[in-house]
Formats: sequence, C-alpha cells, structure tokens
Amino acid sequence: MNSDKITKIVLFSVSFIILIVAGGMVFSLVGGAIPAFKTFGLGFITSTHWDPTHGQEEYGALPFIAGTLITSFLALLISFPLSFATSLFLGEYYRNTRVAKILGTMVDLLAGIPSIVYGLWGFYVLRPFLISIGFENQGFGVLTSSLVLAIMIIPYATSLSSEIISMVPNDLKEAAYSLGSTRYEVILHVTVPAARSGIFAGYILAFGRALGETMAVTMLIGNRNIIPNSLFSTGNTMASVIANQFGEASGLKLSALISIGLLLFVITGIVNWIGKLIIKKMS
Amino acid sequence: MKAISAKDNISLRTKKDRIFLGLVVLFSVITASPIVLIIFKLIEKGYKQLSFSFLFENTPDTMEAMTAIASNKLIPGGIANGILGTLLMVGMAAIIAIPVGIITGVYLYENQRKWMANITRNVSDILQGVPSIVLGLISYLWVVKHVTHGYSALAGSASLAIMMLPMIVRSTEETLKMIPQTLKEAGLALGIPYWRVLFGILIPTGFSGLMTGILLAVSRVIGETAPLMLTALGSSVINTNIAKPTSAIPLVIWEFYNDPNMVDLIWSSSLLLMIMVLSINLISKQVAANRK
Repeated sequence: MNSDKITKIVLFSVSFIILIVAGGMVFSLVGGAIPAFKTFGLGFITSTHWDPTHGQEEYGALPFIAGTLITSFLALLISFPLSFATSLFLGEYYRNTRVAKILGTMVDLLAGIPSIVYGLWGFYVLRPFLISIGFENQGFGVLTSSLVLAIMIIPYATSLSSEIISMVPNDLKEAAYSLGSTRYEVILHVTVPAARSGIFAGYILAFGRALGETMAVTMLIGNRNIIPNSLFSTGNTMASVIANQFGEASGLKLSALISIGLLLFVITGIVNWIGKLIIKKMS
Repeated sequence: MKAISAKDNISLRTKKDRIFLGLVVLFSVITASPIVLIIFKLIEKGYKQLSFSFLFENTPDTMEAMTAIASNKLIPGGIANGILGTLLMVGMAAIIAIPVGIITGVYLYENQRKWMANITRNVSDILQGVPSIVLGLISYLWVVKHVTHGYSALAGSASLAIMMLPMIVRSTEETLKMIPQTLKEAGLALGIPYWRVLFGILIPTGFSGLMTGILLAVSRVIGETAPLMLTALGSSVINTNIAKPTSAIPLVIWEFYNDPNMVDLIWSSSLLLMIMVLSINLISKQVAANRK
C-alpha cells in the first residue's frame, strides 16, 4: 500500500472519532435516561413533582423546561434592543472606524468572561442593586437571571448581525438615499430587510447559547423546583437543576437528571440546527 | 383634503433620524458598560489579595480563613491547587483535542464534497452547540463511572477535550481553505508525498491560523466550571494523579463562593482567571496580526 493510501485512511479514521463521540453521547444519554422514562413514562416531561425522598421518589421535568424556556426567551427579549443597536453601530453607522473597533473589542470581551464570573458579579453587584430598587426574594429569580443571561448572549447576537448588516450591498442603500431617504429610513426599509435572515439567525444562535447556560443561572435563579409564576419568582432551569442536584445523585435521581440532560441536548441541538440552516440558506 | 407641506414632513423625518441615531449610540454604550463594570469590580476587590504567595500556596481551610477575618488580616493561602489543576486538565485536553482536531480539519479540507465529510462537519457543528454541563454528564458516565471509578482529572480533561474538539476542527478547516491551492499543487507536482504536502507544507503555512484557533479554544475552556463540577470535583491539595479528584481555578472560585468565610477570595481568583483569559486572547490576536 503506498503512502498516499495510508494517509487517506488515517485522515478518514481520525475524523471518525468525532462521529463516535457524538454517537456515543446520544447512546449514553438515552441509555441513562431509560430508567426514568420507564418509571414515569412520557409524563416525566409534563409532571411538576420533584421529590427525592427515599421511598416516594417522583420526578418531573416540567418546572425546569419552563424555567429554561422562560429565562432564555426573556434574555433574548432584553438583549434585543441592546445587541441590535450595537450591530447597527458596528455594521452601519460607524463601520470601519476606530470607535467601532474599540466597541467591537469590548463586546468580544463580554463573550470571554467565564460564566462563573458573571454569576459572581450578578450575585454581589447586580442583586444588591435590584434589591435596592425593590426586588423581592433577595433579588434572586427569573428576571435577575435573564438580565445576566441577556448580557452574556449579546456578543453572539451582535457579531453575526453586524457582519450581515455591513455586507448589505451599497448600491441598494445608495438608491434609497438618492430618492431622498434619511439614514433611519434606509436602515428601516432597505438594510434591515436585506439582512433580515442573518439577523434572525444570529438571535437563534444566541437563544441556543442561553438555553444551555449553567453557572450564572445556577447562582441567580434561587433553586426552587417550581414553574416560575412571575418575573420575580425563583425557579430552576434544566442546566441549573443538574448542577445543583447532581451532588450525590444515584439510581432513579441520576436517571432523572440524565433525562433532563438529554432533553437539553435535544432542544439546543434543534435550535442550533435551525440557526445553521438559516445561515446556509443565505449563502 | 389637507395638503401636507413637504417642509413639515422633512423636519419630522429628520427628527426621527436623529432620535434613532441617539438611541443606537445610547444602547451601544449601555451594551459596552457591563464589561467595564465587571472588570473594574474584579480589580477593585481583588488586587489586594494577589501576590506571589497567592499563586503558590494551596487553598486555606475554613478555620484559617475565619481567624484571619476575625483579626482583620488578609486571608492566608492561595490557589496553587487550582492553578495546577487547571494547567493539568487543560493541558491534557489540549493534547487529546489538538491532534484529533487538526487531522479532522485536514480531512474535511481535503474532502469538501464527499457526503461523509459533510456529515462529519455537521456533527462537529452540533457538538459545538452542546451545553457544557451535558458534556460533563457524558464524561461522568464514561470516565468517572467506567474508567477511573471516581471523580478524576482524566474525566475533567475528557469533558474539556470534547469542548475544544469542534472549535479546533472548524478553525483548522477555515485556515486551510485560505491557503492558495497552488501551494498544494506545486508540492504534489514536485513529487512530494501526500502526507508531507499536508503536514510539511500546508500545516506550517497555516500555522498562525491554527494557533489562533487553538488559543481561542483554550481560553474558552479555562473558565468552564459546570463540566468540572461533575467530573473533577475539586481538591484542597495539589494533585498530579490523573485518576484522582483535582482542583481547578473555576472550581476553587465555586468553593470560595459557597463558604462564607472565604468569600473574599473570589475576587482575586476571578481576577487571576480573567487575566489568564485576556492574555491568551491578546496573544492569539497578536498571532493573527502577524499572519498579515
């Protein structure tokens, strides 16, 4: 066998590793989740009971699914005006200026801050501030977590959106200007519609990021196994309940946590896949 | 019908235009503010504790911390166990992820159209989006349960390696795509063996791009806490046995956070962590700039 053939075989085989890892992940998650689903059936996803006491164990994932979706949606909502404005700043108004470079670097830095540092800042700086303006529950809860989550996902939404916005063809914009439009009108009627799918994809990916965020949410959401019933209520997300309750988990409880991990894996997988699909459609 | 004078309309539109610009700038400034606030907070509260001994001593226990606070002194000790644990686990993760990632990236680059390569690329992208805590779960099920029968550094680095892998694969493929085809063709035309063209010509040419990707992947995993909580658990001493629980800087921060006596240490540890992350980012930007 000549060396070319060997090289090709080596390349192929090593790349297989990543497929094995991914496949193995699905296999292990499903395998670990089976005990829980066998005991509780599909009701696991809709039940709100979470009782780890020995002898009457019952687990249900609904509070955490709700917590994850609510905090992530809220984070997306809160981050939208901020990241949209920033992407316009970087991609349209001040494109290619020094200010934009500085702001761009600062936004990139936001992405580099570890989650636990966000959690600490949220706990020791944001919370007292929120308490001072009237938050209950010691400042823990859905809104606090969503605020910090929003800050964390801004870079992801901004970077993709600002790229796409800066790539809108100049002649489209110039045509609008020549008809007498103001800059605002050009953005509203030309730039944004042209960049629509890219902007949307950016937010989908940011949403996907928010879904899986663990540490910052764990430290700020208050660790209660209920479906949040208000903005200020405490709760738990899928990621935070795994982090909080993994400790000595074994048997049925471990299986319940793994099932939640599986759900999280599937939900983030679908969201990210949709985002990639939109991006592919654009190029 | 009342005629709308063109002049009124223009001034309204101009006002809208100016207000919008104002809002955009305002919101952009608001967006930039958390980074400033956070870094300043870390520096303000953390610089006092940073010193050489902080880097070289192990974490104090809660009694030492309590006595130090009571007598208004700086809490003794440091985070050496965390620093070394991080170096150990990130190092191992890199040793696993870099070769596999680069070779997979080369494979994807060389087989742009094959359906197998497309599947691999998609799988890699999916893997990149998996939440880190799920990777921790996986590493727990694979390594902690079946390989080391207990929390261990190996499990921790396995979860970090899975995190780094897709990033390195993608950045390798993208870097290689930017190298002109003519270079590879010239090498092949000269009769240089295929493997030599790939790893003796293409890889060195794309070295700075590859390096950037690797450094960014490293900076990303250094700060990860969740997967390590489920795999490496943490330890109060420096540990070199990869089959035993190990500490790491984020784990140390988490321990401090949960102990009322040692809470003050979280700022200096976080500051150290941020310094490490920022330095790596700066170095990678420098490497990328040198490429030009």
